[in-house]
Amino acid sequence: MKIKKQITAGLSALALSLTVSVSAPVAAADEGPIKVGILHSLSGTMAISESTLKDTMLMLIKEQNENGGLLGRKLEPVVVDPASNWPLFAEKARELLAKDKVDVIFGNWTSVSRKSVLPVVEELNGLLFYPVQYEGEESSENVFYTGAAPNQQAIPAVNYLMNQVGVKRWVLAGTDYVYPRTTNKILEAYLKDHGVADDDIMVNYTPFGHSNWQSIVSDIKTFGSQGKKTAVVSTINGDANVPFYRELANQGIKAEDIPVVAFSVGEQELSGIDTGPLVGHLAAWNYFMSVDTDANYDFIDKWVAYTGKEDAVTNDPMEAHYIGFNMWKEAVKKAGTTDVDAVKDAIIGVSVPNLTGGYATMMPNHHITKPVLIGEIQDNGQFSVVWQTPSTVAGDAWSDYLPGSKDLISDWRKPLHCGNYNVVTKSCGGKSEVAAE
Amino acid sequence: MSIIRSLKQLLIVCLLSLPVLGHAQANDEQAQSLLTQLADASYAQKGKIAGEIARSGDERARGWLEAFSAGKLAKVEDSGKFVIVLSNRGRNWTVQDALTGDDLGEISRRDLDTIRVNNSLRSEIDGILSVIDLTVNDADKRLEAARGLRGNVDEAMAKKLTELMASEEDADVKATLDEALAIYKVEEQGDIGAVKTLSGSLNSEARAALNSATYSDDPALKQAAQDALASIETKLKWNRAAETLYFGLSLGSVLVLAAIGLAITFGVMGVINMAHGELIMLGAYTTWGMQQMLPGQPGLALILSIPAGFLVSALAGVAIERSVIQFLKGRPLETLLATFGISLVLQQLVRTVISPLNRTVVTPDWMSGSIMVNEALSLTLNRLYIIGFALVVFVGLMLIMRKTRLGLEVRAVTQNRAMARSMGIKATKVDIMTFALGSGVAGLAGVALSQITNVGPNLGQNYIIDSFMVVVFGGVGNLWGTLVAGLSLGTINQLLEPWAGAVLAKILVLVFIILFIQKRPRGLFPQKGRAAEG
Repeated sequence: MKIKKQITAGLSALALSLTVSVSAPVAAADEGPIKVGILHSLSGTMAISESTLKDTMLMLIKEQNENGGLLGRKLEPVVVDPASNWPLFAEKARELLAKDKVDVIFGNWTSVSRKSVLPVVEELNGLLFYPVQYEGEESSENVFYTGAAPNQQAIPAVNYLMNQVGVKRWVLAGTDYVYPRTTNKILEAYLKDHGVADDDIMVNYTPFGHSNWQSIVSDIKTFGSQGKKTAVVSTINGDANVPFYRELANQGIKAEDIPVVAFSVGEQELSGIDTGPLVGHLAAWNYFMSVDTDANYDFIDKWVAYTGKEDAVTNDPMEAHYIGFNMWKEAVKKAGTTDVDAVKDAIIGVSVPNLTGGYATMMPNHHITKPVLIGEIQDNGQFSVVWQTPSTVAGDAWSDYLPGSKDLISDWRKPLHCGNYNVVTKSCGGKSEVAAE
Repeated sequence: MSIIRSLKQLLIVCLLSLPVLGHAQANDEQAQSLLTQLADASYAQKGKIAGEIARSGDERARGWLEAFSAGKLAKVEDSGKFVIVLSNRGRNWTVQDALTGDDLGEISRRDLDTIRVNNSLRSEIDGILSVIDLTVNDADKRLEAARGLRGNVDEAMAKKLTELMASEEDADVKATLDEALAIYKVEEQGDIGAVKTLSGSLNSEARAALNSATYSDDPALKQAAQDALASIETKLKWNRAAETLYFGLSLGSVLVLAAIGLAITFGVMGVINMAHGELIMLGAYTTWGMQQMLPGQPGLALILSIPAGFLVSALAGVAIERSVIQFLKGRPLETLLATFGISLVLQQLVRTVISPLNRTVVTPDWMSGSIMVNEALSLTLNRLYIIGFALVVFVGLMLIMRKTRLGLEVRAVTQNRAMARSMGIKATKVDIMTFALGSGVAGLAGVALSQITNVGPNLGQNYIIDSFMVVVFGGVGNLWGTLVAGLSLGTINQLLEPWAGAVLAKILVLVFIILFIQKRPRGLFPQKGRAAEG
């Protein structure tokens, strides 16, 4: 019965996306529905994370339509499936912008897919809202980064461990790709700036989907038994986390001894495991489902009602889409049009409520302000917030701790209008990315 | 008369019970105020208040502290009543009054303020509870409590422990307590005598204490600590070697399980089945399905999944063989492409029908945790079971291939199809049976893998390359080769991993296999005889 329902749901979603992409009429600007492109993988490896974001967007759009749409026009979602295939992301983005003529795109999860889409949205002058925490070192005129930059997640988390927990030895463990490598580079520089010796830092990379963690966990155990408080900073991505945590529990490493703070483990990832043995391990995000605010509880109620699943969870990238969608909405209202250039100018400085009881503001560097929350895993798969920044933190596109990027700033307002302005040489670098690799 | 007497009695009862009632009320008031303090305090103060609660002598204190440490002590926002959360799943939580123990039913999460706890508080409370546990009758419980105390002793506790040690009868508990005290003494007081107690201990807290003592200003203490550490280090070396070997065997057994089905379909039949990984995935999903059908009995479900997983994958295998592979006999490239297509179809089918999200497969209690050989060496149970399971599957397959009629026919058909057919063997039937057997074994691998990795649509993809590697390295068509190849590749990988890192270790193993195949194209155990030449 349930399966049947899911099949029909799947089929109707398929039918929807087919009709939508086939019957796209060529509408003149400011007439007919406003088109919102959704560029999230619905199949392949990333479907596990990205399909939820597609549903989030559909829910937000539906709700907006029920409230009368935007500028008196209906919103129409255009869903495409880039199938976790990075080059396909670029093709699908081109299809959305050139063929379907969408007014805005919400999409992407992995950094590599964003890098693949970047030249397309810049060439065709589109708008992309990117909802996931990332490694920074990028600022594009056409992209709005509603997820956390390293200074909104990694650095505060390390500060918490250093100052509140008293950690002296650090394991930086990550999956082998651009986000963990860049984040760890920043963290290593930051730790060394704060007097941590080389010997007290262990860096370890594993391939995507790594499942045999025995010897690495055993190494961490040995590294952590040298008499100094040790913590693991984990940028391990995706489902490799489940066997990692399972191995930690099996080898008897408790959070009280060696806490693991993760930047990619959220409620959704935890819904795949029994979290009993993981209680006390940490995660740093800008939102947790357990946050005690009415805005959040209302959002959860809506999400449960929309998905029809009592055990549906919400997570940080969903909040980022919630914020991003509302910001875009406000900017369109302010500009009175969906014209990309007008919206781009109007959105800077727009403030909308977030789900944690504060406000998010779009900064001139296309990043937003966010509170940083440190949560400990509970036995029900949720996080309990143990620490948070006293106020919101503005996202920094260019890290202050990397030699190549510390002199760069990004400001898309006129007259500067530059994504990588070098404050020392007083010139605009001209490219949207230089220092990352 | 009697009325007066009973009235008198009533009065006495009332009088007697009055102070008791008053006492209980006072207790509740005190408890309420302590819990309120706990709720309002900062993290730094909460530990102190938890200590006060423990010392208050209230018999409910233990329950409160346990609930607090588990993050399940909460305050109802409107009434200020304290409750213990019994179930914290979903949006409405089942709660119980913390003071009276009354069942309060379900309360919305919105109306509850959980009293927050963090790691350091949790270990502080564990310490407090351990001290309480040290006075219970059960020696095992005392031992566990004593173990938990190592590295968590503070000054107040040290005094108490010295007292408790004097009256302790159980030798193990006594030794552990002694160690816990010695760790405290080395760390806080730099006691040389205590260093001797710790020398030879494999406990990591002890090692940490000795390590910190080597930074001491006192040369005698420094020397003693270094000597003690050196003796521990030699012991550890052996333990680490044993551990690496265990890791290697366990990774190896996973490879063997994943590859052995392929050793039959690819090795014996010569069919390049790229959908092999998805047959493994089906086995893993069967385990999940069984656990859904038998809620609350994950162990039973897992055991039943062994035959069920075999059947499901075997049937899927037969379907693939009948629908596609039989028409592509002798055309390896087409087979490869077609089965690759099937693998994508199966993956997307699972994504659409079940969910793109990973499914939770519960590990039964008897498979979680580890067996502690000594303090430095413990064997994780789930891996131990899988090593055993892999061997059982291997022996079972060997028996089928060597001792049964089916095995004989399979070997006959693969060695010389035409000859076998002219001897009256139905080659088509043998093909189906063999493919079903190989696929079924893949399903068994899936059941085992569900215990150590993610059950999701991509499960199979992660193992298909490794499986082919093992079969080719071991020698196509040879089950022994698969066993030896799987175990040795696993061990090599685990030996390389600590110094090369996981990514490089994988590359090195691949390079090694390429070089090996250059030298010996037929693998470790090449098939001999004329049949192999063709």
